Formats: sequence, C-alpha cells, structure tokens
Amino acid sequence: MTEYTVLGKRLPRVDAQDKATGRAMYSGDISLPNMLYGKVLRSPYAHAKIRKLDVSKAKALKGVMAVITAEDVPEQKEKSSPKSPRLAREKVLYAGQPIAAVAAINLDIAVEAVSLIEVDYEELPPVMDAFEAMKPDAVLIFPDVYTNLQVLGQTGKTTAPSNITWQVEIGSGDIEAGFKGAYVVLENIFHTQAVHQGYLEPRSALAAVDPRRKVTIWTDSHGAFGVRDVCADFLNIPISHIKVMPVEVGGSFGAKQFHPLAPIAALLALKTGRPVKIVMTREEDFVATSPAPASIITLKMGVDKEGNITAAAVSVVCDIGAFNRQVGDSLGSTIQELSLYRIPNLSIKVFNVITNKAPTGPYRAPNAADAAFAVESQMDLLARALQMDPIDFRLKNAVAEGDRVITNPPFSRIGFTEALLKMKDYLNRRDKPEGKNRGTGIACGLWPAFGGACSAQVNVTPDGSVTLLIGSLDLTGTRTSLAQIVAEEFGIAFDLVTVVTGDTDAAPYSEVSAGSKITRQMGIAVRRACQDAKDQLARQAAPLLKVEPTDFSFTHGNVQVNGMPEKSVSLSTLVRNSIGRFGSGPITGRGSVGVHPTAPIFVVQMADVEVDKETGKVKILSYAAAQDVGFAINPSLIEGQIQGAVAQGIGRTLMEEYVFQNGIMQNPNLLDYRIPTAADLPFIDTMLIEVGSGIEPFGARAVGEPPMIPTLAAVANAIHSATGVRLKELPMTPEAVLKTIQAE
Amino acid sequence: MKKDIVLKINGEEREVTVESRQTLLDVLRNHLGLTGTKEGCGNGNCGTCTVLIDGKAVSSCLIFAVETEGHEILTIEGLAQPGKIHPVQKSFIEEGAIQCGFCSPGMILTAKAFLDTNPHPTEAEARQAIAGNLCRCTGYDKIVRAILKVGAKTL
Repeated sequence: MTEYTVLGKRLPRVDAQDKATGRAMYSGDISLPNMLYGKVLRSPYAHAKIRKLDVSKAKALKGVMAVITAEDVPEQKEKSSPKSPRLAREKVLYAGQPIAAVAAINLDIAVEAVSLIEVDYEELPPVMDAFEAMKPDAVLIFPDVYTNLQVLGQTGKTTAPSNITWQVEIGSGDIEAGFKGAYVVLENIFHTQAVHQGYLEPRSALAAVDPRRKVTIWTDSHGAFGVRDVCADFLNIPISHIKVMPVEVGGSFGAKQFHPLAPIAALLALKTGRPVKIVMTREEDFVATSPAPASIITLKMGVDKEGNITAAAVSVVCDIGAFNRQVGDSLGSTIQELSLYRIPNLSIKVFNVITNKAPTGPYRAPNAADAAFAVESQMDLLARALQMDPIDFRLKNAVAEGDRVITNPPFSRIGFTEALLKMKDYLNRRDKPEGKNRGTGIACGLWPAFGGACSAQVNVTPDGSVTLLIGSLDLTGTRTSLAQIVAEEFGIAFDLVTVVTGDTDAAPYSEVSAGSKITRQMGIAVRRACQDAKDQLARQAAPLLKVEPTDFSFTHGNVQVNGMPEKSVSLSTLVRNSIGRFGSGPITGRGSVGVHPTAPIFVVQMADVEVDKETGKVKILSYAAAQDVGFAINPSLIEGQIQGAVAQGIGRTLMEEYVFQNGIMQNPNLLDYRIPTAADLPFIDTMLIEVGSGIEPFGARAVGEPPMIPTLAAVANAIHSATGVRLKELPMTPEAVLKTIQAE
Repeated sequence: MKKDIVLKINGEEREVTVESRQTLLDVLRNHLGLTGTKEGCGNGNCGTCTVLIDGKAVSSCLIFAVETEGHEILTIEGLAQPGKIHPVQKSFIEEGAIQCGFCSPGMILTAKAFLDTNPHPTEAEARQAIAGNLCRCTGYDKIVRAILKVGAKTL
C-alpha cells in the first residue's frame, strides 16, 4: 500500500474550532439591517377543501409588509420542482402544508398576522393507511393521478385514477421453480415507520434583495446550487438572479435537499424589497418538512438443505406522503439489499402510494434500512430454521466480485466476505453477553452510493500554502478530507491548506452533498485541480533545475527532482517567480468531474441487547460495526459517521415514530418524539476494513449513508436471540415488545 | 411590558431593554448578538440553548431574561480565554466529538459544568450528565470519550 503523509491521519475537522467556540455561523444566526420576520400559515387538517381564503385582515395589521398565497407564486405548476414548498390552492393535502406566508417588522406581529388569515375549510376524510389507499374504492387524493406502470418491461398508465403513483415489477430467473426447489420457505410481512431525520437545527432561511432585484439567500441546505435552482423555478426568474451563500448546516441526513422556506422567504423579500428571515419551530419542522417514508414489505424467501438461497419474492408498499418527492428509492434500495446475496430467482414488486401525510424525502441511504430490515430479519429466521450460524449462512450466499443482480453491472472488487469474517472473528474473541434475556444479533447492508458533477479550484499562494475553492457544503467533514487530499498532493503540511466554500456566484459548480458523494466525487475534482496546478509548477521548475517537467515529486513544500533531493525548489519561490514581472502568471488549477463510477459498500453490524421481560424495554448492551471503507482518508471522521448512523438506526428501531390521530401528528416535539440520548447508547465499536475499490480517489469508498442500513435488523435479531420472539414492526417500543412476548 | 435590565454575561455587564416575557435565549441571540447559543426546540427538550448560570447548566429557552439579573451568565462565547481554548473545548476538537456543531455549544457547557462538580467521572456518570443534550450526528461515542479524557487528564 502507498505510504501517505497526510491521508489516513486522524486529523480534527477544520471547522471544529469555530463550532466549539460558538463562532460558526448557521443561517438562523444571521440577521440583516431592516430585516423582516416571516411566518407561514399551515393547514390544521390532513385533507380538506379550501372554500375561502381571506388575507385582508392580516394585510391590514400594522407592521405587516406582505402576505402571499398560492396566487402570488408565479405560475407554480403542479409538476414544478418537488423540492420547493407547494402552497395549497383548492385543497390541503396534509396537516402542515403551507397555505400563506406573511412578512412583518417583528415575529410577534408576523404570528398575529397569520392568526388573522381566514380560511374556510371543508374537511375531507384523510387517507392515512397505505394499504387502504391502494384499494379501488379508496378516497382519491388527486382526481387526475393515474398509476405509472412498469411491469416486467411493459410501461403504461392505468385507465382509472388511483392513489398508487407508481407500480413496478422486475425479476430474474424462474421464481416458481426457485420456491419449488426450496427446503425451507418463509414468508413474512415487515412494517417500517415514517421517521424524522432529527437534525437539531430547525429549518431556516433568510433572503435579501438588492436594487437590481438580485436575490441573496442564506439557508440550511446541503446543496447551494440546488437551492438556487429550486428558488429560480419557484420564482420563475433566471438562476443568475439568485446567489446562495454558504453557511454551516446543523445536520440534515438527506432532509435538507428539500427547501420548504427559502423560496417563500425569497418571494417575500422580492415583494417587500427588504430582507426576510423565516425559522421553523420544532413543531413545524416535524409536520412540514420531509420525513422518511414508511413501508410495508412482504418478503418470501426459500433456501435449500445446504443453505443456498433458491428464490426471493418481495412486494414493497411505500407510503410516500402527499406527493412524489423521492420516486425511485423504494425500488432501487430494495434491489440493493437483495443484492447482498446470490439469489438465482428473484421477483420484486414496488408500489408508491400517496397518503395525506407530509411528502416524504430522503434519509441516509433512502429506503435501504427499510429493505434491509426485511431482508436481514428474514435471513436470521432462515438461519434459525436451518440451524446454521447466521454469519456462516451469509458467507455461503454472499456476493463476490463478478456476481451480478438483475440489471446491475457485475460487482467490482468488494469487501463483503472480509467484513463478515472480521465480524466473525470479533464475535469469537469477545465475551458473549451472559445472563437471562440477553442476546446477540447480526445484520448486513449494501449501498451503491451515488456520483454527481463536481468542480474545484486550487490557488497556490506566494508563501507556499494552498487555498481550495469549492461550492459543496460540508456535512460530514468533507472540508477536512479534501484539505488532506490537497496537502498530500502538494506535499505540504495539512495546516497550510485553507478550504474556502464559495457562494454560488463565486464557487465552481457542485452537486448536492448527498449520496455519500463529496469526498469521493469532489475528491476527484480536487485531485485534478491539484494536478493542473502541479503541472504549471513543474513547468516553472524545469528550466530552473534543468530537467524535464515530468521528473518531479512534490514533498516538504518543495518541487524535487525524482531521486535527487538536493535538486529542489520551493513552491513559494516558484509562485513568486510565476507572478513576478516576467512570470507566466498566478498558479491556479482547475478540476472537474462528471458522474463517476462508484464502488459498492458492504456493512456488517452486531448488537448485544438485554430485554426486560417485565416492561418490554430493550437495552443496547454493546454494538459493533464493520465496514469496508476502501481506504480511510480520515479514520476519525469515518468512525463518527458510523457511530452517528448506528445511533439513528437504534432510535428508529426502538423509539421514533409519528403518532397520528385523524391525520394530525400527536407528538411533534423532541420529548414525545424521542431520539436516543447518551444514556440510551453504549460505545459503538467500529472496524474499518480497507478493501481498495480500485477507483479514484485513492480507492476510498463512500462512508456516510451505509452504516444505518443494517442497524434495524441487527437489533431485531438480537431481540429475537434474547427473548425467542420476533418483532416485525417498527418501532419496537417497550409496549410493542411486551405485547409480542405476551402473545407468544 | 418593557424593562431595562443589566445582565452579567461572560464577565461583562450588558444593559438591555427587554420585554418581561422574553427568554434569556431570545435576548442573547437577538439583542446581544450572542448567536453561539442555539435554539433547537424552544421548549427545553434538546439542550442546544444551554448556558451556565452561576456555574449551573440551564436551558436558556426556559428562563426569562429578567430573572437572570444579578447572576453570572456564561455562554459559549465566554468559555475560551483569548488565545486559549478551554480544556473541554480542546478535548471535543481533538476527539472528533464535533460534527454539525449545532449541539456543541450546549454540550460543551453542560460537560464543563459537570466536570467542575465531578472531575473524574465514570462513563455512566458522563452519559447521564449529558442525557439532556441531544446530538444527532455522533451517537455520543466521541463526546463521552472527550469528556472522560478531560477527567483522566486532571487526575
């Protein structure tokens, strides 16, 4: 393996100091002179007709500068970006849907103005259950939505309107023969619940307008260019009339690709000519953003006597909420989790169903934890039926390089077997949890990760330091990992690299920080930018050192002739020469990358739990996660991602859920919607496996999303091991666990 | 009703005119520009607005600014001395306990108050001490390690 000086090191995040001292600026921290405060009127009903909407009293209130409704949204089309807010017109489709918004001189007046808006609703029965919504006689949420059909290669649309927006069926092999040849066939129905991503920074946006009507936006998103495009679409103005500023983001986990406030703040700013700031309350954030969808997954799997999987048939009903925001993940992630194993005969059916709930959105490996909950619970049950060790059973069926599933390309070099063996070794070495009602579960996950266009610029400065200019926003520590790449490329110390996140006018383009993309994709662009600058430096150095410009290495702040340490010149000298009177100009490198191939990531996790049979409470005693990361650019950052993902997975398994009554969320606060606290969790052991992906950058694989995928099933399998009962519905609250134990 | 009060914040006396019903959090963020204190929920469930009042960790969203007159208020902006960060801040940075950073000011102040009263805590004590401060990014692993490390160092 190549020796690196900066890559692979456990360096602290470059943003940590500002965050530890309160200096880091989040969008809600920014205020501007003459600023107005915005507030949004939201529907109190899940499903209702709007008979009358009267904003005159709100407009008349002293201190109110503007009130907007759907009528003010320029040509908002039903098919407009699903990432912008949809102000209700004739109907409200979920409790929390925006109906109107006001801008006032202070927040108190804005709140009062919202209360003065008169809406005459005609309540309609809310459609809250996805199974019910699919029935032919169900209440239709839209009269003109027909099912998009993609069944075994045939595409079309239903003739009758339906709450099913998408029905897809794919398969391979001979599913009937597969089950016929099986020794054990199990069929189970698994229910996952809708969950909030639970970021701690509530959604916020600030928009200002300059005299030329150009809009500047500060908002908690992780894709500044995405905000620009969505706002431009909403406002029907060119993207060049919008500038989005970089800010720190207080957590997202996929959610903040949807922009519920920025377009509204921008419209209010355009109406008033003054800056407008809107910040959600926590309650608004629960009901009016984009939670992860619930799924009902019916999974049938067969195995032969030797433990080979013969067939799998799955049907997924995904409750996507009131409209489509995330179309394909229900299918894509189901394919992924079934691709963990060699399954010769496969049938996959997916139904996306609309209901009167907040439109759902992505959450850390969207839909994959749901699919893995079903697949990996079922794998545990099959191993039990065969009386096989759960790891050996998985090893027997694990995919390897060259295997392919359905239409996916064959797997490149992967580390699944390595991760399974690592976990097996870990389990063998440690002390098993002794005592009553304790048990261990394991589960696996697979994630493809996603690419996307990125570009970067590096400037080498006269003191031999380097600035990196990017437009991607940093959620997971990407400024730090990218700075490591720059330092390594130039052979300079880590702290000589400054990473600048530019606004959308200044920075080169980057796609949204999602799909576990930035360190890999932007990493490639950064390497290319470094190479560009290094080529320029080499051309400067060649005549000075009297060698060909290809014979150099970059080390210790110098450009050095390969194999001749005495023949070198400092970066500083080269840059000063270059910008000097007769030089060729400043050294600035640029790099771009389009969609680049990704390398699959495999994760194996184990949970030890103790179940209190009196109360049903599950305690996580210990937890370990093995992940093939390809190459760990910064092990500390990676561990943090894994530990955070596992904590989220545990919350999802044991405590988190939206509780509805007549379509209204009953627990929109962080006390009743419980997320894990420090007292709920143990230390989370991590094992980083480095099976190089063979692709750029440095063989590193994606990191951020995959580690939540197996957690739900790992805990469920551990509960089974501890109690002998199988829970197939999330969350496994004390009440649910107790009920299941008592039923057995 | 408006009231003129003097708040002692980070060792400095600040005169401010507030509504009696305004929370300390609101006054810190919106009157005094001390935006290091965050608002994650507004009703005392998340701990992001934690400040220290006379050395004790308090949710600043749950206390009226007028009630804090005459008390020593420490916000995250006042924890580090010029050119020298506090050992708890240092440990959080070095251990990788900071990700998105939104919980960090409140978490660090809670940890500081806790370590002041219990300088060498056990893991269980540390977990209990920060159980009122939610973090969604880290799984608390590196936060707990950062706290224990400060404790171990001062042994």
